[in-house]
Amino acid sequence: MQPIISVQNVSKIYKGGFQALKHVDLEIKKGEIFALLGPNGAGKTTLISIICGIVNLSEGTVNAAGFDIVKDYRAARGAIGLVPQELSTDAFESVWNTVTFSRGLFGKPRNDAYIEKVLRDLSLWEKRHTSIRELSGGMKRRVLIAKALSHEPQILFLDEPTAGVDVELRRDMWAMVRELRRKGVTIILTTHYIEEAEEMADRIGIISKGEIILVDDKSALMEKLGQKQLAIQLQHPLTEIPANLSQYALTISEDNVTLVYTFDTQNEETGVAEILRKLNENGIEFKDLHSSQSSLEDIFVSLVHGND
Amino acid sequence: MNFYAVKAIYKFEMARTWRTLMQSIASPVLSTSLYFIVFGTAIGSRMQSINGVDYGAFIIPGLVMLTLLTQSLSNASFGIYFPRFSGTIFEVLSAPVSYVEILLGYVGAAASKSVMVGMLILVTARCFVDYEIQHPVWMFAFLVFTSVTFSLFGFIIGIWADSFEKLQLIPMMVITPLAFLGGSFYSIDMLPPFWQTVTLFNPVVYLISGFRWSFFGVADVNVALSLGMTVLFLVLCIVGVAWIFKTGYRLKD
Repeated sequence: MQPIISVQNVSKIYKGGFQALKHVDLEIKKGEIFALLGPNGAGKTTLISIICGIVNLSEGTVNAAGFDIVKDYRAARGAIGLVPQELSTDAFESVWNTVTFSRGLFGKPRNDAYIEKVLRDLSLWEKRHTSIRELSGGMKRRVLIAKALSHEPQILFLDEPTAGVDVELRRDMWAMVRELRRKGVTIILTTHYIEEAEEMADRIGIISKGEIILVDDKSALMEKLGQKQLAIQLQHPLTEIPANLSQYALTISEDNVTLVYTFDTQNEETGVAEILRKLNENGIEFKDLHSSQSSLEDIFVSLVHGND
Repeated sequence: MNFYAVKAIYKFEMARTWRTLMQSIASPVLSTSLYFIVFGTAIGSRMQSINGVDYGAFIIPGLVMLTLLTQSLSNASFGIYFPRFSGTIFEVLSAPVSYVEILLGYVGAAASKSVMVGMLILVTARCFVDYEIQHPVWMFAFLVFTSVTFSLFGFIIGIWADSFEKLQLIPMMVITPLAFLGGSFYSIDMLPPFWQTVTLFNPVVYLISGFRWSFFGVADVNVALSLGMTVLFLVLCIVGVAWIFKTGYRLKD
Protein backbone atom coordinates (compact mmCIF):
# COMPACT_ATOMS: atom_id res chain seq x y z
CA MET A 1 0.00 0.00 0.00
CA GLN A 2 1.23 3.48 -0.85
CA PRO A 3 2.32 5.32 2.31
CA ILE A 4 0.31 8.42 3.19
CA ILE A 5 3.52 10.23 4.12
CA SER A 6 6.84 9.53 2.52
CA VAL A 7 9.99 11.29 3.70
CA GLN A 8 13.03 10.61 1.56
CA ASN A 9 16.59 11.63 2.34
CA VAL A 10 15.48 14.78 4.15
CA SER A 11 18.12 16.96 5.74
CA LYS A 12 17.75 20.31 7.43
CA ILE A 13 20.57 22.70 8.14
CA TYR A 14 19.53 25.93 9.87
CA LYS A 15 21.12 29.26 8.94
CA GLY A 16 23.45 29.12 11.94
CA GLY A 17 24.86 25.86 10.54
CA PHE A 18 23.11 23.53 12.99
CA GLN A 19 22.05 20.31 11.27
CA ALA A 20 18.71 19.35 12.76
CA LEU A 21 17.99 16.43 10.41
CA LYS A 22 20.41 14.08 8.69
CA HIS A 23 19.18 12.16 5.64
CA VAL A 24 15.92 11.08 7.22
CA ASP A 25 13.83 8.39 5.51
CA LEU A 26 10.42 7.61 6.93
CA GLU A 27 7.14 6.20 5.69
CA ILE A 28 3.84 6.50 7.51
CA LYS A 29 1.07 4.07 6.64
CA LYS A 30 -2.45 5.24 5.97
CA GLY A 31 -4.73 4.93 8.98
CA GLU A 32 -2.09 4.17 11.58
CA ILE A 33 -1.10 5.91 14.80
CA PHE A 34 2.60 6.57 14.58
CA ALA A 35 4.53 7.80 17.59
CA LEU A 36 7.75 9.67 17.05
CA LEU A 37 9.90 9.54 20.14
CA GLY A 38 13.08 11.37 20.84
CA PRO A 39 14.80 13.49 23.45
CA ASN A 40 14.68 17.28 23.37
CA GLY A 41 16.45 18.66 20.30
CA ALA A 42 16.34 15.33 18.47
CA GLY A 43 14.59 16.84 15.44
CA LYS A 44 10.98 15.78 16.02
CA THR A 45 9.44 19.24 15.68
CA THR A 46 11.71 20.14 12.76
CA LEU A 47 10.58 17.03 10.88
CA ILE A 48 6.91 17.78 11.55
CA SER A 49 7.39 21.44 10.62
CA ILE A 50 8.95 20.47 7.30
CA ILE A 51 6.11 18.12 6.42
CA CYS A 52 3.55 20.80 7.33
CA GLY A 53 5.32 23.53 5.33
CA ILE A 54 6.42 25.72 8.25
CA VAL A 55 10.14 25.04 7.78
CA ASN A 56 11.95 24.70 4.45
CA LEU A 57 13.90 21.52 3.86
CA SER A 58 17.55 21.72 2.84
CA GLU A 59 17.61 18.43 0.94
CA GLY A 60 15.31 15.56 0.04
CA THR A 61 11.64 15.16 -0.81
CA VAL A 62 8.44 14.76 1.16
CA ASN A 63 5.08 13.52 -0.11
CA ALA A 64 1.88 13.86 1.87
CA ALA A 65 -1.33 12.18 0.70
CA GLY A 66 0.45 11.50 -2.59
CA PHE A 67 1.46 15.12 -3.21
CA ASP A 68 4.89 16.72 -3.12
CA ILE A 69 4.89 19.25 -0.28
CA VAL A 70 6.77 21.81 -2.38
CA LYS A 71 5.40 21.35 -5.92
CA ASP A 72 1.82 20.48 -4.91
CA TYR A 73 1.81 22.33 -1.61
CA ARG A 74 -1.87 23.21 -1.78
CA ALA A 75 -3.06 19.60 -2.08
CA ALA A 76 -0.46 18.33 0.39
CA ARG A 77 -1.17 20.94 3.07
CA GLY A 78 -4.91 20.65 2.60
CA ALA A 79 -4.67 17.02 3.71
CA ILE A 80 -2.81 17.85 6.92
CA GLY A 81 -3.93 19.18 10.28
CA LEU A 82 -1.38 20.25 12.87
CA VAL A 83 -1.71 20.64 16.60
CA PRO A 84 1.45 22.44 17.67
CA GLN A 85 3.40 21.94 20.85
CA GLU A 86 2.96 25.54 22.04
CA LEU A 87 -0.45 26.80 23.12
CA SER A 88 -0.48 29.44 20.39
CA THR A 89 -4.00 30.80 20.16
CA ASP A 90 -5.81 33.95 19.13
CA ALA A 91 -6.36 35.04 22.70
CA PHE A 92 -9.05 37.64 22.03
CA GLU A 93 -11.15 35.62 19.59
CA SER A 94 -14.05 33.35 20.49
CA VAL A 95 -13.72 29.60 20.10
CA TRP A 96 -16.25 29.54 17.27
CA ASN A 97 -14.56 32.32 15.29
CA THR A 98 -11.08 30.89 15.56
CA VAL A 99 -12.21 27.41 14.49
CA THR A 100 -14.24 28.69 11.52
CA PHE A 101 -11.25 30.87 10.56
CA SER A 102 -9.09 27.75 10.35
CA ARG A 103 -11.60 26.00 8.11
CA GLY A 104 -11.68 28.94 5.72
CA LEU A 105 -7.90 29.27 5.76
CA PHE A 106 -7.62 25.69 4.55
CA GLY A 107 -9.91 26.43 1.62
CA LYS A 108 -13.10 24.81 2.86
CA PRO A 109 -16.55 26.41 2.53
CA ARG A 110 -18.47 27.25 5.67
CA ASN A 111 -20.04 24.22 7.34
CA ASP A 112 -21.57 25.10 10.70
CA ALA A 113 -22.90 21.58 11.28
CA TYR A 114 -19.45 20.06 10.96
CA ILE A 115 -17.83 22.68 13.23
CA GLU A 116 -20.58 22.10 15.78
CA LYS A 117 -19.85 18.38 15.73
CA VAL A 118 -16.11 18.95 16.21
CA LEU A 119 -16.77 21.31 19.12
CA ARG A 120 -19.25 18.92 20.71
CA ASP A 121 -16.84 15.98 20.34
CA LEU A 122 -14.18 18.00 22.13
CA SER A 123 -16.58 19.24 24.83
CA LEU A 124 -16.13 22.80 23.58
CA TRP A 125 -19.67 23.49 22.40
CA GLU A 126 -20.72 25.21 25.63
CA LYS A 127 -17.64 27.44 25.35
CA ARG A 128 -18.12 28.39 21.70
CA HIS A 129 -18.75 32.07 22.46
CA THR A 130 -16.04 32.30 25.11
CA SER A 131 -12.90 34.27 24.42
CA ILE A 132 -9.92 31.91 24.25
CA ARG A 133 -7.91 33.82 26.87
CA GLU A 134 -10.59 32.87 29.42
CA LEU A 135 -10.05 29.13 28.86
CA SER A 136 -7.85 26.81 30.90
CA GLY A 137 -4.69 25.31 29.40
CA GLY A 138 -6.45 22.01 28.75
CA MET A 139 -9.36 23.72 26.99
CA LYS A 140 -6.94 25.75 24.86
CA ARG A 141 -5.32 22.48 23.82
CA ARG A 142 -8.76 21.23 22.76
CA VAL A 143 -9.30 24.42 20.75
CA LEU A 144 -6.04 23.76 18.90
CA ILE A 145 -7.24 20.24 18.13
CA ALA A 146 -10.59 21.61 16.92
CA LYS A 147 -8.77 24.07 14.65
CA ALA A 148 -6.62 21.27 13.24
CA LEU A 149 -9.69 19.14 12.59
CA SER A 150 -11.81 21.98 11.19
CA HIS A 151 -10.91 21.24 7.55
CA GLU A 152 -11.40 17.46 7.82
CA PRO A 153 -7.75 16.45 7.34
CA GLN A 154 -6.64 12.95 6.36
CA ILE A 155 -3.46 13.32 8.40
CA LEU A 156 -3.24 14.79 11.89
CA PHE A 157 0.02 15.78 13.54
CA LEU A 158 -0.06 16.04 17.30
CA ASP A 159 3.13 17.60 18.61
CA GLU A 160 3.29 16.81 22.33
CA PRO A 161 -0.53 16.78 22.56
CA THR A 162 -0.85 16.07 26.25
CA ALA A 163 2.01 18.19 27.57
CA GLY A 164 0.79 19.95 30.70
CA VAL A 165 -2.71 18.48 30.71
CA ASP A 166 -4.20 16.57 33.62
CA VAL A 167 -4.67 12.80 33.66
CA GLU A 168 -8.40 12.95 32.95
CA LEU A 169 -7.98 15.16 29.92
CA ARG A 170 -5.11 13.01 28.71
CA ARG A 171 -7.38 9.94 28.82
CA ASP A 172 -10.07 11.91 26.94
CA MET A 173 -7.58 12.85 24.28
CA TRP A 174 -6.38 9.32 23.88
CA ALA A 175 -9.99 8.24 23.37
CA MET A 176 -10.49 11.01 20.84
CA VAL A 177 -7.36 10.02 18.93
CA ARG A 178 -8.52 6.41 18.76
CA GLU A 179 -11.89 7.59 17.49
CA LEU A 180 -10.20 9.66 14.77
CA ARG A 181 -8.13 6.68 13.74
CA ARG A 182 -11.32 4.61 13.59
CA LYS A 183 -12.65 7.17 11.11
CA GLY A 184 -9.58 6.70 8.94
CA VAL A 185 -7.43 9.66 10.00
CA THR A 186 -3.72 8.91 10.09
CA ILE A 187 -2.18 10.22 13.29
CA ILE A 188 1.42 11.09 13.93
CA LEU A 189 2.24 12.11 17.45
CA THR A 190 5.39 13.17 19.15
CA THR A 191 5.53 12.75 22.85
CA HIS A 192 7.76 12.74 25.85
CA TYR A 193 5.33 10.48 27.65
CA ILE A 194 6.46 7.00 26.78
CA GLU A 195 3.29 5.61 28.31
CA GLU A 196 1.35 7.64 25.74
CA ALA A 197 3.16 5.94 22.86
CA GLU A 198 2.90 2.58 24.59
CA GLU A 199 -0.83 3.09 25.11
CA MET A 200 -1.75 4.35 21.66
CA ALA A 201 0.77 3.82 18.89
CA ASP A 202 0.68 1.10 16.25
CA ARG A 203 4.22 1.86 15.21
CA ILE A 204 7.04 3.74 16.83
CA GLY A 205 9.92 5.69 15.37
CA ILE A 206 12.83 6.82 17.46
CA ILE A 207 14.78 9.87 16.42
CA SER A 208 18.02 10.99 17.99
CA LYS A 209 20.40 13.74 16.92
CA GLY A 210 18.53 14.25 13.67
CA GLU A 211 18.59 10.60 12.62
CA ILE A 212 15.84 8.02 12.67
CA ILE A 213 17.47 5.20 14.56
CA LEU A 214 14.57 2.79 14.60
CA VAL A 215 11.07 2.30 13.20
CA ASP A 216 9.02 -0.75 14.11
CA ASP A 217 5.66 -2.04 15.24
CA LYS A 218 5.24 -1.27 18.89
CA SER A 219 4.57 -4.88 19.86
CA ALA A 220 7.41 -6.20 17.71
CA LEU A 221 9.72 -3.60 19.17
CA MET A 222 8.87 -4.56 22.70
CA GLU A 223 9.17 -8.20 21.86
CA LYS A 224 12.49 -7.80 20.10
CA LEU A 225 14.17 -5.49 22.49
CA GLY A 226 12.23 -6.17 25.65
CA GLN A 227 14.18 -7.66 28.48
CA LYS A 228 12.76 -9.32 31.52
CA GLN A 229 14.05 -9.15 35.03
CA LEU A 230 13.60 -11.74 37.76
CA ALA A 231 14.02 -10.48 41.31
CA ILE A 232 14.74 -13.26 43.82
CA GLN A 233 14.16 -12.19 47.40
CA LEU A 234 16.52 -14.08 49.70
CA GLN A 235 15.89 -15.34 53.23
CA HIS A 236 19.38 -14.26 54.30
CA PRO A 237 21.73 -11.57 52.96
CA LEU A 238 24.23 -12.61 50.33
CA THR A 239 27.50 -10.71 49.78
CA GLU A 240 28.94 -12.63 46.87
CA ILE A 241 27.52 -14.51 43.90
CA PRO A 242 28.50 -18.17 44.12
CA ALA A 243 31.05 -19.33 41.52
CA ASN A 244 28.66 -21.80 39.85
CA LEU A 245 26.24 -18.90 39.14
CA SER A 246 28.80 -16.45 37.78
CA GLN A 247 27.91 -17.27 34.15
CA TYR A 248 24.47 -15.65 34.58
CA ALA A 249 23.72 -11.92 34.47
CA LEU A 250 23.06 -11.79 38.18
CA THR A 251 23.49 -8.77 40.45
CA ILE A 252 23.01 -8.35 44.19
CA SER A 253 20.93 -5.45 45.47
CA GLU A 254 22.50 -2.86 47.74
CA ASP A 255 20.85 -4.33 50.82
CA ASN A 256 22.18 -7.78 49.83
CA VAL A 257 18.76 -9.43 50.11
CA THR A 258 17.72 -9.51 46.45
CA LEU A 259 19.31 -11.24 43.50
CA VAL A 260 18.37 -9.67 40.17
CA TYR A 261 18.58 -11.72 37.00
CA THR A 262 18.20 -9.96 33.62
CA PHE A 263 17.39 -12.15 30.64
CA ASP A 264 16.19 -11.96 27.07
CA THR A 265 12.67 -13.22 26.51
CA GLN A 266 13.59 -14.24 22.96
CA ASN A 267 16.09 -16.90 24.08
CA GLU A 268 14.85 -20.46 24.04
CA GLU A 269 16.54 -21.14 27.36
CA THR A 270 16.02 -18.31 29.78
CA GLY A 271 18.15 -19.95 32.49
CA VAL A 272 15.60 -19.30 35.22
CA ALA A 273 15.08 -22.96 36.17
CA GLU A 274 18.83 -23.58 36.19
CA ILE A 275 19.48 -20.62 38.49
CA LEU A 276 16.82 -21.72 40.96
CA ARG A 277 18.24 -25.24 40.99
CA LYS A 278 21.77 -23.97 41.63
CA LEU A 279 20.57 -21.67 44.43
CA ASN A 280 19.15 -24.79 46.10
CA GLU A 281 22.42 -26.64 45.57
CA ASN A 282 24.26 -23.77 47.27
CA GLY A 283 21.79 -23.79 50.17
CA ILE A 284 20.61 -20.28 49.38
CA GLU A 285 17.01 -19.99 50.43
CA PHE A 286 14.59 -17.53 48.87
CA LYS A 287 11.17 -16.35 49.99
CA ASP A 288 9.72 -14.65 46.90
CA LEU A 289 10.09 -14.27 43.15
CA HIS A 290 9.03 -11.28 41.06
CA SER A 291 9.43 -10.83 37.31
CA SER A 292 8.99 -7.64 35.23
CA GLN A 293 9.06 -6.80 31.52
CA SER A 294 11.07 -3.78 30.39
CA SER A 295 8.87 -0.86 29.36
CA LEU A 296 9.02 1.14 26.19
CA GLU A 297 10.75 3.81 28.23
CA ASP A 298 13.58 1.42 29.08
CA ILE A 299 13.90 0.50 25.40
CA PHE A 300 13.87 4.15 24.40
CA VAL A 301 16.54 5.10 26.94
CA SER A 302 18.78 2.21 25.96
CA LEU A 303 18.45 3.01 22.24
CA VAL A 304 19.05 6.73 22.61
CA HIS A 305 21.99 6.22 24.94
CA GLY A 306 23.34 3.58 22.61
CA ASN A 307 23.33 6.25 19.91
CA ASP A 308 25.40 8.68 22.04
CA MET B 1 -6.95 30.93 -5.96
CA ASN B 2 -7.97 30.00 -2.42
CA PHE B 3 -10.78 32.55 -2.05
CA TYR B 4 -11.98 31.00 1.18
CA ALA B 5 -8.57 31.66 2.73
CA VAL B 6 -8.46 35.27 1.52
CA LYS B 7 -11.95 35.81 2.91
CA ALA B 8 -11.03 34.11 6.20
CA ILE B 9 -7.94 36.28 6.74
CA TYR B 10 -9.77 39.42 5.65
CA LYS B 11 -12.74 38.75 7.92
CA PHE B 12 -10.49 37.80 10.82
CA GLU B 13 -8.53 41.06 10.51
CA MET B 14 -11.65 43.17 10.11
CA ALA B 15 -13.16 41.48 13.16
CA ARG B 16 -10.39 43.04 15.25
CA THR B 17 -11.45 46.46 13.96
CA TRP B 18 -15.04 45.91 15.07
CA ARG B 19 -13.83 44.51 18.38
CA THR B 20 -11.66 47.58 19.02
CA LEU B 21 -13.89 50.19 17.42
CA MET B 22 -12.80 53.01 19.74
CA GLN B 23 -9.12 52.45 19.08
CA SER B 24 -9.35 51.54 15.39
CA ILE B 25 -11.89 54.02 14.10
CA ALA B 26 -13.07 56.53 16.72
CA SER B 27 -9.63 57.51 18.01
CA PRO B 28 -8.01 58.52 14.66
CA VAL B 29 -11.20 60.29 13.56
CA LEU B 30 -11.41 62.20 16.85
CA SER B 31 -7.73 63.22 16.93
CA THR B 32 -7.89 64.43 13.31
CA SER B 33 -11.09 66.34 14.08
CA LEU B 34 -9.18 68.18 16.82
CA TYR B 35 -6.74 69.38 14.16
CA PHE B 36 -9.67 70.72 12.15
CA ILE B 37 -11.05 72.54 15.17
CA VAL B 38 -7.69 74.02 16.25
CA PHE B 39 -5.97 74.67 12.92
CA GLY B 40 -9.01 74.91 10.68
CA THR B 41 -11.73 76.71 12.60
CA ALA B 42 -9.82 78.57 15.35
CA ILE B 43 -6.43 79.51 13.88
CA GLY B 44 -7.36 79.02 10.21
CA SER B 45 -10.00 81.76 10.30
CA ARG B 46 -7.20 84.28 10.97
CA MET B 47 -4.88 82.96 8.25
CA GLN B 48 -4.65 84.02 4.63
CA SER B 49 -5.90 81.67 1.97
CA ILE B 50 -3.25 79.62 0.17
CA ASN B 51 -3.43 79.46 -3.63
CA GLY B 52 -6.97 80.71 -3.34
CA VAL B 53 -8.04 77.98 -0.88
CA ASP B 54 -9.17 78.80 2.68
CA TYR B 55 -6.62 77.56 5.20
CA GLY B 56 -9.20 75.40 7.00
CA ALA B 57 -9.95 73.57 3.75
CA PHE B 58 -6.32 73.58 2.60
CA ILE B 59 -5.16 71.35 5.45
CA ILE B 60 -7.86 68.68 4.91
CA PRO B 61 -5.98 66.61 2.28
CA GLY B 62 -2.76 66.79 4.30
CA LEU B 63 -4.46 65.69 7.51
CA VAL B 64 -6.34 62.88 5.77
CA MET B 65 -3.06 61.76 4.19
CA LEU B 66 -1.25 61.94 7.56
CA THR B 67 -3.88 59.69 9.14
CA LEU B 68 -3.99 57.42 6.12
CA LEU B 69 -0.23 56.82 6.23
CA THR B 70 -0.03 56.15 9.95
CA GLN B 71 -3.18 54.00 10.01
CA SER B 72 -2.13 51.92 7.01
CA LEU B 73 1.27 51.30 8.54
CA SER B 74 0.00 50.43 12.00
CA ASN B 75 -2.93 48.29 10.78
CA ALA B 76 -0.83 46.19 8.43
CA SER B 77 2.26 45.94 10.63
CA PHE B 78 0.25 44.90 13.69
CA GLY B 79 -1.85 42.50 11.59
CA ILE B 80 1.14 40.35 10.63
CA TYR B 81 3.35 41.06 13.66
CA PHE B 82 0.85 39.86 16.24
CA PRO B 83 0.51 36.31 14.83
CA ARG B 84 4.31 36.16 14.71
CA PHE B 85 4.51 37.37 18.30
CA SER B 86 1.80 35.01 19.58
CA GLY B 87 2.98 32.05 17.50
CA THR B 88 -0.30 31.63 15.59
CA ILE B 89 1.51 32.37 12.32
CA PHE B 90 2.21 28.62 12.10
CA GLU B 91 -1.36 28.13 10.93
CA VAL B 92 -1.05 30.55 8.00
CA LEU B 93 2.31 29.07 6.99
CA SER B 94 0.97 25.52 7.09
CA ALA B 95 -2.25 26.36 5.20
CA PRO B 96 -2.72 25.78 1.46
CA VAL B 97 -2.41 29.48 0.67
CA SER B 98 -0.08 31.30 -1.69
CA TYR B 99 1.80 34.43 -0.73
CA VAL B 100 -0.49 36.49 -2.95
CA GLU B 101 -3.49 35.21 -1.03
CA ILE B 102 -1.84 36.01 2.31
CA LEU B 103 -1.16 39.53 1.07
CA LEU B 104 -4.68 39.99 -0.26
CA GLY B 105 -6.06 39.04 3.13
CA TYR B 106 -3.77 41.03 5.40
CA VAL B 107 -3.03 44.05 3.21
CA GLY B 108 -6.58 44.16 1.87
CA ALA B 109 -7.99 44.36 5.39
CA ALA B 110 -5.44 46.97 6.51
CA ALA B 111 -6.09 49.13 3.45
CA SER B 112 -9.87 48.78 3.85
CA LYS B 113 -9.65 50.05 7.43
CA SER B 114 -7.52 53.01 6.32
CA VAL B 115 -9.88 53.94 3.49
CA MET B 116 -12.77 53.70 5.94
CA VAL B 117 -11.02 55.99 8.43
CA GLY B 118 -10.06 58.40 5.61
CA MET B 119 -13.64 58.64 4.38
CA LEU B 120 -14.94 59.14 7.91
CA ILE B 121 -12.46 61.96 8.45
CA LEU B 122 -13.61 63.62 5.23
CA VAL B 123 -17.22 63.40 6.37
CA THR B 124 -16.29 64.70 9.85
CA ALA B 125 -14.26 67.56 8.37
CA ARG B 126 -17.38 68.77 6.59
CA CYS B 127 -18.86 69.53 10.00
CA PHE B 128 -16.13 72.10 10.66
CA VAL B 129 -14.93 73.34 7.29
CA ASP B 130 -16.50 74.00 3.89
CA TYR B 131 -14.74 72.23 1.05
CA GLU B 132 -15.42 70.72 -2.36
CA ILE B 133 -13.77 67.90 -4.22
CA GLN B 134 -13.01 68.82 -7.86
CA HIS B 135 -11.86 65.34 -8.93
CA PRO B 136 -13.66 62.81 -6.68
CA VAL B 137 -12.57 59.78 -8.74
CA TRP B 138 -8.92 60.81 -8.52
CA MET B 139 -9.36 61.63 -4.85
CA PHE B 140 -10.65 58.09 -4.20
CA ALA B 141 -7.93 56.61 -6.42
CA PHE B 142 -5.22 58.43 -4.43
CA LEU B 143 -6.88 57.33 -1.19
CA VAL B 144 -6.94 53.67 -2.20
CA PHE B 145 -3.50 53.72 -3.86
CA THR B 146 -1.85 55.30 -0.83
CA SER B 147 -3.63 52.97 1.60
CA VAL B 148 -2.56 49.87 -0.33
CA THR B 149 1.02 51.11 -0.76
CA PHE B 150 1.50 51.99 2.89
CA SER B 151 -0.27 48.85 4.04
CA LEU B 152 2.29 46.90 2.02
CA PHE B 153 5.01 48.96 3.68
CA GLY B 154 3.40 48.24 7.05
CA PHE B 155 3.37 44.51 6.20
CA ILE B 156 7.14 44.71 5.60
CA ILE B 157 7.63 46.49 8.94
CA GLY B 158 5.51 43.85 10.67
CA ILE B 159 7.75 41.12 9.26
CA TRP B 160 10.96 43.01 10.04
CA ALA B 161 10.08 44.02 13.60
CA ASP B 162 11.03 41.68 16.39
CA SER B 163 9.63 43.81 19.20
CA PHE B 164 6.71 46.16 19.78
CA GLU B 165 9.21 49.01 20.03
CA LYS B 166 10.52 48.35 16.52
CA LEU B 167 6.96 48.11 15.29
CA GLN B 168 6.40 51.72 16.31
CA LEU B 169 9.83 52.97 15.27
CA ILE B 170 9.26 53.76 11.58
CA PRO B 171 5.67 55.07 11.88
CA MET B 172 6.59 57.38 14.77
CA MET B 173 10.17 58.36 13.96
CA VAL B 174 10.06 58.47 10.16
CA ILE B 175 6.58 58.66 8.67
CA THR B 176 4.98 61.15 11.07
CA PRO B 177 7.82 63.71 10.74
CA LEU B 178 7.84 63.24 6.95
CA ALA B 179 4.08 63.83 6.83
CA PHE B 180 4.29 66.94 9.02
CA LEU B 181 7.16 68.32 6.95
CA GLY B 182 5.62 67.20 3.66
CA GLY B 183 3.15 70.06 3.32
CA SER B 184 0.26 68.87 5.46
CA PHE B 185 -0.15 72.33 6.98
CA TYR B 186 1.49 74.55 4.37
CA SER B 187 2.34 74.83 0.72
CA ILE B 188 6.01 74.23 0.00
CA ASP B 189 5.96 77.53 -1.93
CA MET B 190 5.88 79.18 1.49
CA LEU B 191 9.33 77.78 2.35
CA PRO B 192 12.66 79.50 1.55
CA PRO B 193 14.18 78.23 -1.75
CA PHE B 194 16.78 76.02 -0.01
CA TRP B 195 14.16 74.21 2.08
CA GLN B 196 11.89 73.89 -0.95
CA THR B 197 14.66 71.89 -2.64
CA VAL B 198 15.22 69.79 0.50
CA THR B 199 11.50 69.11 0.81
CA LEU B 200 11.38 67.65 -2.70
CA PHE B 201 13.38 64.68 -1.34
CA ASN B 202 10.51 63.91 1.00
CA PRO B 203 8.34 61.33 -0.79
CA VAL B 204 5.28 62.27 1.26
CA VAL B 205 5.25 65.70 -0.46
CA TYR B 206 4.19 64.01 -3.68
CA LEU B 207 1.40 62.06 -1.99
CA ILE B 208 -0.05 65.10 -0.24
CA SER B 209 0.36 67.31 -3.29
CA GLY B 210 -1.42 64.87 -5.60
CA PHE B 211 -4.19 64.30 -3.10
CA ARG B 212 -4.63 68.06 -2.59
CA TRP B 213 -4.85 68.53 -6.36
CA SER B 214 -7.80 66.12 -6.48
CA PHE B 215 -9.61 68.42 -4.03
CA PHE B 216 -8.75 71.94 -5.21
CA GLY B 217 -7.03 71.55 -8.56
CA VAL B 218 -3.85 73.14 -7.17
CA ALA B 219 -0.64 71.27 -6.34
CA ASP B 220 2.91 71.90 -5.13
CA VAL B 221 4.31 69.49 -7.73
CA ASN B 222 3.01 68.22 -11.04
CA VAL B 223 0.17 65.75 -10.50
CA ALA B 224 1.67 63.25 -12.96
CA LEU B 225 4.85 63.27 -10.87
CA SER B 226 2.77 62.69 -7.74
CA LEU B 227 1.07 59.73 -9.34
CA GLY B 228 4.39 58.44 -10.64
CA MET B 229 5.97 58.63 -7.19
CA THR B 230 3.01 56.81 -5.62
CA VAL B 231 3.29 54.04 -8.22
CA LEU B 232 7.07 53.90 -7.71
CA PHE B 233 6.64 53.49 -3.97
CA LEU B 234 4.00 50.83 -4.56
CA VAL B 235 6.38 48.92 -6.86
CA LEU B 236 9.20 49.19 -4.29
CA CYS B 237 6.94 47.78 -1.60
CA ILE B 238 5.83 44.91 -3.88
CA VAL B 239 9.48 44.11 -4.60
CA GLY B 240 10.21 44.16 -0.84
CA VAL B 241 7.31 41.83 -0.05
CA ALA B 242 8.24 39.52 -2.94
CA TRP B 243 11.78 39.26 -1.56
CA ILE B 244 10.44 38.47 1.92
CA PHE B 245 8.27 35.67 0.57
CA LYS B 246 11.00 34.32 -1.70
CA THR B 247 13.58 34.14 1.08
CA GLY B 248 11.17 33.40 3.93
CA TYR B 249 12.80 36.29 5.81
CA ARG B 250 11.67 36.13 9.46
CA LEU B 251 8.79 33.88 8.46
CA LYS B 252 10.30 30.52 7.60
CA ASP B 253 13.63 28.94 8.59
